[in-house]
Amino acid sequence: MSLLTVSGSPHVHADDSVRKIMYGVIISLVPAMLVSFYFFGLGALIITLTAVVSCLVFEFLIQKYLIKGPVTIWDGSAIITGVLLAFNVPSNLPLWIVVVGSFVAIGMGKMTFGGLGKNPFNPALVGRVFMMISFPVQMTTWPKPIPLSTQLTDVVTGPTALAVIKDGVGRGEKVSQLLPKVPEYTDLFIGNMGGSLGEVSAIALILGGLYMLLRKIITWHIPVSFIGSVFIFTGIMWLVNPEIYIDPVFHLITGGLMLGAIYMATDMVTSPMTPAGMLIFGVGCGILTVVIRVFGAYPEGVSFAILIMNAFVPIIDRSFKPKRFGEEVKNG
Amino acid sequence: MKTFKTGGVHPPEKKFSENQPIEVLPLPETVSIPLSQHLGAPAVPVINKGDKVKTGQLIAKGESFISANIHSSVTGTVTKIDDVIDASGYRKKAVIIKVEEDQWDESIDTSDTLKKDCDLTSEDIVKKVNQMGIVGMGGAAFPSHVKLSVPKGKKAEYLLINGAECEPYLTSDHRLMLEKGEELMVGITIKMKALGVNKSVIGIEKNKPDAIEYLCELAKEYEGITVEPLKVKYPQGGEKQLIKALVNREVPSGKLPIEVGCIVHNVGTTFAVYEAVQKNKPLIERVVTVTGINIEKPSNLLARIGTPVSAIIEAAGGIPSNTGKVVSGGPMMGKALSNFEAPVTKGTSGILVFPKEASQRVTQLNCIRCAKCVNTCPMTLEPYLLALLSDKKRYEMCENNMIMDCIECGSCHYVCPSGRPLLDNIRVGKAKVGQVIRERK
Amino acid sequence: MNEIVLYSVLSIGSLGTLMALVLYIVAQRFKVIEDPRIDQVEDKLPGANCGGCGYAGCRNFAEEIVKAGTLEGFNCPPGGSEVLSEVASVLGLEAEEQESMVAVVLCSGSRQVAPPKTRFEGLNTCEFAHSLYAGLSGCPYGCLGEGDCVVSCNFDAMCMDENTGLPVIIEEKCVACGACVKACPRNIIELRKKGKKSRRIFVSCINREKGGVARKNCKVACIGCGRCVKECKFEAITLENNLAYIDFNKCTLCRKCPQECPTSAIHEINFPPRKPKEKKENKTAEA
Repeated sequence: MSLLTVSGSPHVHADDSVRKIMYGVIISLVPAMLVSFYFFGLGALIITLTAVVSCLVFEFLIQKYLIKGPVTIWDGSAIITGVLLAFNVPSNLPLWIVVVGSFVAIGMGKMTFGGLGKNPFNPALVGRVFMMISFPVQMTTWPKPIPLSTQLTDVVTGPTALAVIKDGVGRGEKVSQLLPKVPEYTDLFIGNMGGSLGEVSAIALILGGLYMLLRKIITWHIPVSFIGSVFIFTGIMWLVNPEIYIDPVFHLITGGLMLGAIYMATDMVTSPMTPAGMLIFGVGCGILTVVIRVFGAYPEGVSFAILIMNAFVPIIDRSFKPKRFGEEVKNG
Repeated sequence: MKTFKTGGVHPPEKKFSENQPIEVLPLPETVSIPLSQHLGAPAVPVINKGDKVKTGQLIAKGESFISANIHSSVTGTVTKIDDVIDASGYRKKAVIIKVEEDQWDESIDTSDTLKKDCDLTSEDIVKKVNQMGIVGMGGAAFPSHVKLSVPKGKKAEYLLINGAECEPYLTSDHRLMLEKGEELMVGITIKMKALGVNKSVIGIEKNKPDAIEYLCELAKEYEGITVEPLKVKYPQGGEKQLIKALVNREVPSGKLPIEVGCIVHNVGTTFAVYEAVQKNKPLIERVVTVTGINIEKPSNLLARIGTPVSAIIEAAGGIPSNTGKVVSGGPMMGKALSNFEAPVTKGTSGILVFPKEASQRVTQLNCIRCAKCVNTCPMTLEPYLLALLSDKKRYEMCENNMIMDCIECGSCHYVCPSGRPLLDNIRVGKAKVGQVIRERK
Repeated sequence: MNEIVLYSVLSIGSLGTLMALVLYIVAQRFKVIEDPRIDQVEDKLPGANCGGCGYAGCRNFAEEIVKAGTLEGFNCPPGGSEVLSEVASVLGLEAEEQESMVAVVLCSGSRQVAPPKTRFEGLNTCEFAHSLYAGLSGCPYGCLGEGDCVVSCNFDAMCMDENTGLPVIIEEKCVACGACVKACPRNIIELRKKGKKSRRIFVSCINREKGGVARKNCKVACIGCGRCVKECKFEAITLENNLAYIDFNKCTLCRKCPQECPTSAIHEINFPPRKPKEKKENKTAEA
């Protein structure tokens, strides 16, 4: 007989692992991925593949030759970073920019801090913001969606719905005049609009989010508080002056809000760990998003909002403790 | 369905032995009865080497308040009073007795007849429980007479009986409830008398429907006793969790259940109290579940205290060839044994045998801050933080984050997808903080 | 253009002057008068903040030593007597000569002589392992081999021997700060006199079990037979609880006891090899 193992309790372990969680997230990304292939065609597929492969390769190279530690590229986290990064760029982006973005995401966003679990900022967002600032022209040339197109070049481009409103209001036009220039709300909801390839379809993203909720990968706190605070904040402004501020529903289904609230803000590593902290985090993200969208220089503010709130996570974790068992004594 | 609110897990139940009636384990050749089977001061031996002892005879006396008497579980000759290797490999003082026959002490009523009436006063009951060396049989082995004496200025309102048996695999309490239901009821009335309470609730998880039904039926005849089915959730059998589940009160941090007017006893203890008070029988045997995936005959055995673990496993069909780990107690809170010769003590509720593939921990990875441990902790602590602080030796911060409230249930480690040894770290921190607190006093 | 330059120079310059003034006033107002000797003493100390002296770092040690005004009860293990005499000269005191010490591991239960009987899994610190079980070999006194001492060493003077599973002390680097002594949950490490030419004789075991029991787990355990006690002419060896201990202040390094030990639990270090003839005798004696 072999040697007996001595270890501390517990002696059983739940059937759960990092890999299972990560692949669960990947599965939940599939609907949004399919929608993006449908609307943006082959370009979307190529960009997604490029991002995923380059993320895996960079992680492998860094782990193997720089850190000289164990290689854990197949734990799924690099794949998620790759997919999310691809979701955050237009489908006609030159591939070399995608590769550079992947390098920044994995190299600077994740591995410099020590790999999975140690990074304070969401790696995909680090990559996206880097590309946004370094290559603003390419990053904001949005192709118009053409269902099932196989064309790679010469696509028609145009601004996103959010940019249309923002620029229009900036020039002094009224919201009611601008509305005809943006797609119908049902189109916006399904994803038939210009934009980053994964963020367009609110319905597919919500579907994925529900799957993750069901698998208990995420909790409801962050998405609900994030989306809710955006809704309430923009709602108040809309009630104050509907000619300058567009209605809250428009804010919810355009831009990267759904993608950000469901996938980026809920990233386990970079979000708070207590329920109260998660709510504060979500509200903070929501308010910052609206502030940047409405008053800032960019039409879109989800990435910046999440990154800023990521920086607050340690202090949120320290300040919002769970209500301890036995703290308030109720006798009854 | 009642349960505690925050946290908790539901591991696969795997109660292989739940339909196995309690069997009496044959006497072993020798028994080694440790002098410290309970929390508190070890008992002091009152017999000498070479003495003949009878079954049920007092062999060691608990001299301080928090201590317990120890009785011989067999009839035979004391071969030596020496150090024996206990479950962890450390040496503990024990009385070793060579078994010759099984002649019970005359004062003990060995008949099976149910004796319902108890005319002892409350003080006499507590005294009797003390004399008979009864300790909590759920695992912690806290001397029962201490629990039954309500401190001055406090008032007990409820006697809660823990029949949750929330640990997977274990079935000893389940079988006891089914087979000794009447005795349990009498035991409860005795304890209610001792405590001066008129309400008692038995909490049973609903994966034991037969026990719930049977005890419900019996409870009709007894005033003040009710049976409450509970949702299956670990650690429901934890004292504080059970109180929360049954009467919705939260024991304040660092306080005892009496603070909220509750006393919690295990069903095993209740049965022992019945036997002690009504039959004059000291705590010399207990029901032990022997189980495991590869165990040939998972069973519930009535074993004498001091029987070596190897004899118990032998009775269940022997040690499987691919055994990798043997645990005394449940899979969530039990202790891994380093040898098979360790004796059964008053707190041994089960012997689990794990095959080699199930005895290894999963590979440890970085914490991915998934917050599963925070959501699972039944005491709403932050296990990831406590483990980190303890690892970095920041014991003061550990204390501020209420590390002493940890009940060491192991739920955090159980759910951790990264397989981090959270509880190991917390245990070290808890020991250190406890030391600091004691020094401060 | 000139105006811009002028204004910026003026505004920045006046701001700077103002700040400097504020800083000066604050510095004067809240000046802490400190004994200048504290700085001088601190300069002489090694600055490793190892805590070997029992104080929270070198600065704290300097403060306390200046406050006390005497060297009695103060010791800087890493610095040794050299540093103390320098400190003494700063304070105008006489330093007594102090023996230099070295940490010694009092366990030789390697994997080879004390084969593992169990497998350990979990948090890899001695502290946890100690609270969990007796150890791989079953010896409740022996080294657990998880390396808390190595982690505690601030001077890189310790490492784990992969082969034996025991910690090794690198004598040249050890400053006898005592961090490892405190880190070991089983008190296996002891500070002993370094001895002439670093020669030392010690019992490399702290097992207090009866001989037979100890021997069962480890071939090189001290079984408390007392042969070394009889052999020692200087009353340096005491036998208590089945364990021999050599008092390093009384030991004259005569090298008699290591030969006597039936389990070779007594180690001699840095001695020249014995003459072959002697060895032969030793062997016959053992046989």
